[in-house]
Amino acid sequence: MNRLTQLLEAALFAAAHPLPLAELGKLQPDVSHEELLEGLHALRDQYDRGGHAVDVVEVAEGYQIVTRPEFAEAIAEAQIVRRPRRLSPAALETLAVIAYRQPVSRAEIEEIRGVSVDGVLRSLQERGIIEAVGRGEGLGRPMLYGTTALFFELLGVRSRDELPRLEDLSVALRPPSDLGELTRS
Amino acid sequence: MTTSLPHSGDAPFVVRLETFSGPLDLLLHLIREQEIAITDIPISRVAEQFLQAVHALGLNEAAEYLEMAAQLLRIKIQLLLPRPFDDEEWEDPRAELVRRLLEYEQIREVAEWLAEQARQHGDRFARGWIPEPPEQPDRPVIVGLEELLLAVERVIEAMPEPVLHRVVPRPLDVEGATRRIRSMFAERDEWTLGDLVGQSPSIVDLLSSLLAVLELARVGFVQLAQRQPFGSVVIRREPTDAAA
Repeated sequence: MNRLTQLLEAALFAAAHPLPLAELGKLQPDVSHEELLEGLHALRDQYDRGGHAVDVVEVAEGYQIVTRPEFAEAIAEAQIVRRPRRLSPAALETLAVIAYRQPVSRAEIEEIRGVSVDGVLRSLQERGIIEAVGRGEGLGRPMLYGTTALFFELLGVRSRDELPRLEDLSVALRPPSDLGELTRS
Repeated sequence: MTTSLPHSGDAPFVVRLETFSGPLDLLLHLIREQEIAITDIPISRVAEQFLQAVHALGLNEAAEYLEMAAQLLRIKIQLLLPRPFDDEEWEDPRAELVRRLLEYEQIREVAEWLAEQARQHGDRFARGWIPEPPEQPDRPVIVGLEELLLAVERVIEAMPEPVLHRVVPRPLDVEGATRRIRSMFAERDEWTLGDLVGQSPSIVDLLSSLLAVLELARVGFVQLAQRQPFGSVVIRREPTDAAA
């Protein structure tokens, strides 16, 4: 391992959250993104070939050292760490709306889900998965919500680009005008 | 909680309350369960089933479910109304509901994807995150008795020795000295101050004698004379004063 790879390993080990390239770049003066990516690749390679129990993953637009899934059961069983709390169906639906429509108001989410989302929004906000990102233009200037980095961290997803594209879903949403034609007798 | 709903003709189907996250969810469940085309919902039948489900599940209190029930009934009525033949402007009253259902189903699919993603990533543990301790005020000082006493001693030692003023009653005996001096003048008419005071007197005796001499001079019993500054003081009995 060269010094840069060692530095990257040390930084990723010490960090509490995924580190973006911009932050890793501060480890060594004049280091290029390519060199950083090479270093990260070398580190991942090292872990792979050395049979390490940890891996380097790209989540929430950063890099993070995580344990390999095959050890999850034993670690959780031994109560050394706890798996993140499962999200309720209501929370997941709410997150799905926010992820695709952000910044989005509570009223818009309720319109889509057909239920009040007051409590769900509050608990998601308390857990730091969503945040208020501004106020809308409409009546009463409603609070608008968006997802946080923790949302992607929780999913192990790099960024919004990695979320499934709506066109690729089995249920394709057609604009209302098409539906009108479809159901016209 | 599970409950059986009467199904038109066929075997009853099972509905689980916990699995519903809203009226759209329940509606979608009814539609999927019966393999109905979402774009051609038999509103009359579905509305009836929906109401039964709401009632059976004890959701009568839930405004959202009742609102959906009302909407279904409205659509049902709209469909019953006669409409002009070949009316281009006519729109299926179910269209808006279909749009919402499709939109909701799409969200459901995304939600499932999110759940699966979270489940998979939940098996990858990152470094345990140690939250920063909140800012705390300084802890109160905790010391033992011994430490406290030692500290007190150190403070006392560092203090300067107090200057104590001893107030004593004046042991001056001016009267005694006066009597002594008067008796001395019975022997001789002239004495020096040194003679009157005596050899190595105490400061108190000296002061007593001095004050006695001054007093005797004041009443005119003696005369004081000093021939030169700091010279010896000659005290002579006032001859004229014999009467006094």
